[in-house]
Amino acid sequence: MANVVTITGVKKLYKMGSETVAALNGVDLLIDEGEFVALMGPSGSGKSTLMNILGCLDRPTVGSYKLLGQEVSGLSDDELARIRNKTIGFVFQNFNLLPKLTSLENVALPAVYAGLGTKERLSLAMDALKKVSLEDRAQHLPGELSGGQRQRVAIARAIAMKPAILMADEPTGNLDTKSTGEIMEIFRDLHKTGSTIILVTHEPDIAQAADRQILVKDGQITMDISKGSSEVIDIV
Amino acid sequence: MLFTELLKMAWRSLGANKLRTFLTMLGVIIGVTSVIALVSVGMGVKKNILDNISRLGSNMLIVMPGSANRGGMRGAAGSVITLTYDDAEAIKNKIKNVSHVSPTVQGSYQVVYGHENWNTTVTGVIPEYVAIQSLELKSGLFFSEHDVDVRNRVAVIGPTVAANLFESVNPVGKKIRIGNAPYTIIGVLNSKGQSSGGQDQDDIVLIPLTTAQERLVGVTYVRSINVQVSEADKMDEVQSNIEKLLRQRHRIRTGAEDDFNVRNLTSLMEMMNSSTTMITLLLGAIAGISLIVGGVGIMNITLASVTERTREIGIRKAIGATYSNIMLQFLIESTMISVIGGIIGIGIGVVAAQAISKFGNFTTVISGLSIAASFGFALFVGIFFGMLPARKAARLDPIEALRYE
Repeated sequence: MANVVTITGVKKLYKMGSETVAALNGVDLLIDEGEFVALMGPSGSGKSTLMNILGCLDRPTVGSYKLLGQEVSGLSDDELARIRNKTIGFVFQNFNLLPKLTSLENVALPAVYAGLGTKERLSLAMDALKKVSLEDRAQHLPGELSGGQRQRVAIARAIAMKPAILMADEPTGNLDTKSTGEIMEIFRDLHKTGSTIILVTHEPDIAQAADRQILVKDGQITMDISKGSSEVIDIV
Repeated sequence: MLFTELLKMAWRSLGANKLRTFLTMLGVIIGVTSVIALVSVGMGVKKNILDNISRLGSNMLIVMPGSANRGGMRGAAGSVITLTYDDAEAIKNKIKNVSHVSPTVQGSYQVVYGHENWNTTVTGVIPEYVAIQSLELKSGLFFSEHDVDVRNRVAVIGPTVAANLFESVNPVGKKIRIGNAPYTIIGVLNSKGQSSGGQDQDDIVLIPLTTAQERLVGVTYVRSINVQVSEADKMDEVQSNIEKLLRQRHRIRTGAEDDFNVRNLTSLMEMMNSSTTMITLLLGAIAGISLIVGGVGIMNITLASVTERTREIGIRKAIGATYSNIMLQFLIESTMISVIGGIIGIGIGVVAAQAISKFGNFTTVISGLSIAASFGFALFVGIFFGMLPARKAARLDPIEALRYE
């Protein structure tokens, strides 16, 4: 299987006054196509920074990040925006839907920035809504939906452009148990149909759903466990 | 494709907060309205003044008596009585490129017909006055050279005089008394209406110059001589020739001051034209300041809206909006405000200008140029003052923006 993500020697350094702080301090990571990865770690571990870099919202200070074989660490803001648009789908903890747009319009928004025509946009958006079984809520505003439904709309938006990676940042953090179950069910279904999913969470229960669990601590990957193989790569 | 989507987005976001949008727009509306209304007033003043001058005739030189200068004491213009009918004849006969010469003498008299009487200005003129003033006769005839030569007691009256003395009777052929002597009315003028100074130009009685001089006013001089030059570019030449001729005729020694004045209406017109244009520009500029203030209002509100919508911007960036996508979105919003405000302002401004002319009894001129200029300026204001907030929005870091509460 081809590597979707190839990260080598990535560091993210911040200047705090005269001191330099490393949010990421030498990370190497390979993610294959179709993998379902849970990214774990306590707050302040560098897990969010890693996710931002993986999601092309941020660039590494040092090191190389190849996404689908393309080096992206040196790209401009606009080039990164185009990659986020076509190659990456985001799901956030607090849904981040635009409150004044209907579900369908929210889902169609990435296609707007891709420059697609109205017909094509709406059919892509409707297909994505069907995948999360919300086609009957297409004309509802986010305010008229439950938390679980809103997150399903957000997932539909993330998968509408058929991205290479689906990134979910604590997608069930604001949901009750029942909705959490529904959302995780959707992720498992997407995984079965071949999507590459990176799930950021600090809840071990949620991480169980993934095939592979990666633990980040103090800016480094300290553990990388794949389910099904008893092999535990304990790095530190 | 993307651009039309951005237009729709901007339209919706303006519609989502109608009161705020309207209040922001109000600055532009007031600005454009006042530019159009004030410029129309300025141009109305200009038109009035220029009409007045051109009504005196085009290519016109006016010869007036000069001021007295005896023992170093200078009197008012016209305080010496030096111009004569002969001077006028000499100008006509001896100077080239002169098409008409019209000397006049004036006085205010009580005019009586039957039981009716009316106080009006009686002007002594020669037949060329008709051409120079572009007068038209409603009925009857104007008097002839012969009437002037033999000092006939004939009169041509304006419609106001006719209405006051005769009501519905046709005045032609009737006899009126001016200062105790009877005059036969041989013609009635067409109405010329009010001059912009509020003078009734129809309240006049015209009689032959010689009759006025000798039988009515009792003078030998004329009050002024209007000279119409045949071609505009001969004005200066004719003017200096008239000056030379009159100095010669009045035997003024070299170095002594003229006892007359030759005024050039074209140069007066040019001067008035440039000064009224200045006034119009000044009015427009003052109104333009309010438009700039409106622009600052747009900038202010758009900045607030960028801050308020930081999260929205973060979401849009996360799903793939580029710098120019976000920039355009906010720029379109501010431009939309100024364009719609500009269109409303033009509508109100045109109505206001018409209201001023209707109810304020004041001439206003609405020009396409002032409409185009104020609309263009409003558009510019919207883009210019939208630029800063739009850049601020487009430069937001998506990670920071998504974290914004």
